[in-house]
Amino acid sequence: MTKKMLPKLWGLYAALICALTLNPVWALASEAGAAAPVPPASDTEWWVWPVVLLVVTFVMGIIAVLGGVGGGVLYVPIISGFFPFHLDFVRGTGLLVALSGALAAGPGLLKMNMASLRLAIPVALIASTMAIVGAMVGLALPTNIVQILLGGTILGIVVIMFTAKKSEVPDVPQADALSSALRITGIYHEASTGQDINWKVHRTPMGLATFIIIGFMAGMFGLGAGWANVPVLNLMMGAPLKISVATSKFLLSITDTSAAWIYMNKGCVIPMMVVPSLIGIMLGSFVGVRILKVAKPAFIRWMVIAILGFAGIKALTKGLGIDLF
Amino acid sequence: MTEPKITAKATDEQLLYANILEKGMLVGLVLMFITFALYVFGIMPAAIPKGDIAGYWNQPVHDYLVAINNNFLHWDHLPTGWSWLKLIGKGDFINFIPVAILSGVTVICYLAIVPGLFRRGDKAYAIMAIAEAVILALAASGLLAVGH
Repeated sequence: MTKKMLPKLWGLYAALICALTLNPVWALASEAGAAAPVPPASDTEWWVWPVVLLVVTFVMGIIAVLGGVGGGVLYVPIISGFFPFHLDFVRGTGLLVALSGALAAGPGLLKMNMASLRLAIPVALIASTMAIVGAMVGLALPTNIVQILLGGTILGIVVIMFTAKKSEVPDVPQADALSSALRITGIYHEASTGQDINWKVHRTPMGLATFIIIGFMAGMFGLGAGWANVPVLNLMMGAPLKISVATSKFLLSITDTSAAWIYMNKGCVIPMMVVPSLIGIMLGSFVGVRILKVAKPAFIRWMVIAILGFAGIKALTKGLGIDLF
Repeated sequence: MTEPKITAKATDEQLLYANILEKGMLVGLVLMFITFALYVFGIMPAAIPKGDIAGYWNQPVHDYLVAINNNFLHWDHLPTGWSWLKLIGKGDFINFIPVAILSGVTVICYLAIVPGLFRRGDKAYAIMAIAEAVILALAASGLLAVGH
């Protein structure tokens, strides 16, 4: 009963976000609430924050790999919740963090034929368009509203990580008409069994429609969207898990590109934040891959869920103006 | 229309896309290291002094832009869109070049696969690829501006 209700509740929450955030009242509230620039007030040496960012994102990169999540989903709630950077810059940087991870992994995944360009192109067209809309809406909303919605979304991701199942090779009795027309199908070599696995997808219209919401949320919060891409590609559309994970990673290079441009053009990119963050995440990911061979993924996954839960509550309370911790 | 036989190997378009993406990513990352070194080691002077930037990044982006414009740039418009190109000689703004490369390489990937898709008669995917390139180019153009 609870498991049946969860997707409905999640869908209701996503719909509520779209309905709330697309309300033009917020744009006016944002304009009205724009404060006059305040003079700089910082006694910290200039090099301290980039070094702290480098160290924190290095650890984050390790945890992200071990926990099986993207860097962006950890970066935005943690950095916006516990660091002095404004959410506008954190979201812009978060998108670039997710983008750089996708760019680093994408070519290899495409060459190995694990990421499917044929599956990605129609999905990316929808998701990247909506990511632009999400980014524009997110930048027009008052910060506290975005922070509250971010907190709610992060806690929703925690619920997904708790409950979502995975299917190595889902049973797809028959491809739907749209995926047949677009010839979204393929073969991948499963190294563990030595078999070539034929795959096809179904429920394509429903899957594509879901990417309207996923793209919107990715652009709005600067989170990347692997947490949502994989369940939709795997459980809803029936792509094998490895194809779903690889295609999702590659997809971020397109979805996050479109939103990143909006943030960049609005001035939300500060090199002193962006470069240490990208270097930290990348170095952490390299180390994480090596630790993965000896680590216990189940424990790490629980740790990631706990960190995200903590960061989600922090974002929520920060948005509500409650100084909880 | 010539439909390629489905095999476990990546298609020609997929490989072409992957190769361009890989080159763009490598160029962007290497440049990022170089330009950031030029910035933090003071080899190129910054438009906004390194010691001052931490006083601004806790503000909403609009306030940040107004403040750095009033205090350092003194332009008659805010430094948004592609106006960073005018500051390319400054250590902080030169870092936008690798960021733009990393964000822009996907457009080139899409445009590169279009001729092959048309050649094989795969019109639906060719049109989708063109549409994606147009959308990404529109996002990159800076024409889409809203808020704050």
